[in-house]
Amino acid sequence: MTRPRSLRTTAAAVLIVGVLLFPLYWMVNASLQPAAALLETPPRWHPLGGTLEGYREAVDGQGGALLNSTVVAVGTVLLTLAVAVPAAYALSRFPLPGGRTVLFALLLVQMIPGIVMANSLYAVMNTAGLLDTYAAMILADSTLAVPFAVLILRAFMVTIPRALTEAAEVDGAGPLRVLVTVVLPVSRNAVITSALFAFLFAWADFLFAVTLNNDDAVRPVTVAIYRFIGAHTADWNGVMATGVIASVPAAILLVVAQRYVAAGVTGGALKD
Amino acid sequence: MQTRRRSGARSRRLTGAAFLAPLVVYIAVFFGYPLATNAGMSVREYTAASFYTGEAPFVGLANYARLLGDPLFATTLANTALFTAGSLAFQFGIGLALAVFFQRRFPLNGLLRSLLLVPWLLPLVVSGTVWRWIYDQEYGVLNQALLGLSGAVEEATGLAFLGSGIAWLSSTDLALASVTAANVWVGIPFNMVILYGGLQNIPRQLYEAAELDGAGPWQRFRHVTWPLLRPVTAVVLMLGLVYTLKVFDVIMVLTQGGPANASHTLTTWSYQLSFTELDFGAGAAAGNVLILIALAFALVYLRSARTADEGGAR
Repeated sequence: MTRPRSLRTTAAAVLIVGVLLFPLYWMVNASLQPAAALLETPPRWHPLGGTLEGYREAVDGQGGALLNSTVVAVGTVLLTLAVAVPAAYALSRFPLPGGRTVLFALLLVQMIPGIVMANSLYAVMNTAGLLDTYAAMILADSTLAVPFAVLILRAFMVTIPRALTEAAEVDGAGPLRVLVTVVLPVSRNAVITSALFAFLFAWADFLFAVTLNNDDAVRPVTVAIYRFIGAHTADWNGVMATGVIASVPAAILLVVAQRYVAAGVTGGALKD
Repeated sequence: MQTRRRSGARSRRLTGAAFLAPLVVYIAVFFGYPLATNAGMSVREYTAASFYTGEAPFVGLANYARLLGDPLFATTLANTALFTAGSLAFQFGIGLALAVFFQRRFPLNGLLRSLLLVPWLLPLVVSGTVWRWIYDQEYGVLNQALLGLSGAVEEATGLAFLGSGIAWLSSTDLALASVTAANVWVGIPFNMVILYGGLQNIPRQLYEAAELDGAGPWQRFRHVTWPLLRPVTAVVLMLGLVYTLKVFDVIMVLTQGGPANASHTLTTWSYQLSFTELDFGAGAAAGNVLILIALAFALVYLRSARTADEGGAR
């Protein structure tokens, strides 16, 4: 009695998901069509018998941009972890009088509109002579990831039993060793989560990338897509193929780290 | 013994401070300093030349006065309000409906739920690009489908409801609504996931008790789900609000604030002032107005979060 009913529910759910994900299907579909087919009426509803031309164009034209995005995203991950891991460790294991103030500041800075950060970071980076460099984007993107990472890591680290770290201390381990040999291995999941999100924030960043550089040489893929649709609006299959490639990290993230992502949505509730 | 313990506590505090120091420096350099810079720029005549000459004369509140006197200020403020209210209402409504739906037990529930997250993970520039293609007046699938439907209706009844493709993004009447709809699509997963989590925390027994008392599905939602979900609702709406105020990528990719400024929000206008018109002082002032709005709502949020905490502790 319940089985056919629950199967009907599944069918309804599949339909709902299908409708909501249709734009993504439409992107993949367009990326596989020959350019001319996209200007047909009625549209081709499926990519069977399509072409990889769009992808060839994307890789040829945007390969450098994809590489730039990767450099910036990896740099952001490293910088974020370097700042956030020790800070989360300090906030979770040591009696710090200003700890609450720092946590409050982290919540508050996540509410600063990105355009304000872009406007002022432009001036700051200009003064520092960093415009048109990877460093400018890495530093700017890390402002999206550091508060989030500290909060996630700290929330996890406070749950580590004191006995665990105290045992290591009794054995004569200094604070740095306790962090590296006890706290970090136990917090692996939280570290992975914050690293993945730092990567994704930087990979998806458009605002800082479009404001902090004018130089094609360091241009990441988000800006490349933006310029691309400005310049050749008719060339939709190349644009869509680039879009699909730019979505790959997100897709991998979802497959590899599904449960961390769900945790990140709620844990990083204050994310940009 | 006493003093040793005290000095031990003190050295622990110093050690902790050493580990925290990089973050404190980071906050000062990457949030404190830029914010101060932004405030300073907003009271100066700060142009592109200022970056090279270093000269930016102090003008007091002239930038703010210029903004308030600009007819675009009222337009962007109204657009920001409509965009935010529209986005929140539909993201939340659809997100809640989906969360309630996925409370049911059925095969593939978990898989389908995580698939719904994909739009949230996509770079916003990509999402915006996809919608721009969907909205395309001539070749976009939306108009093609509508025209096809209209053609079928015409065949059947002799009356067509649509003669030509709708200018979703290039009509001043529709651009803001089209941009809002795309942004709703982007925000549904976030709302759904948090609301789903909130629903999971409502004890099942309450539903069973309500059912025993003869409550139907609507009454169960109205008298059990809705009141118990309130704290989560407040959080989702506040976060959504702060987040929606910042939206930049989607609007830039779809319309760049156009046509004729019809879809400019404070965020995109601030960008235009600084980076297109190179009036960084005015851009900074517009940004500060945005901060004030965000801050007002952030305080409401933090207050409601604190009351919720205290309620939980009691």
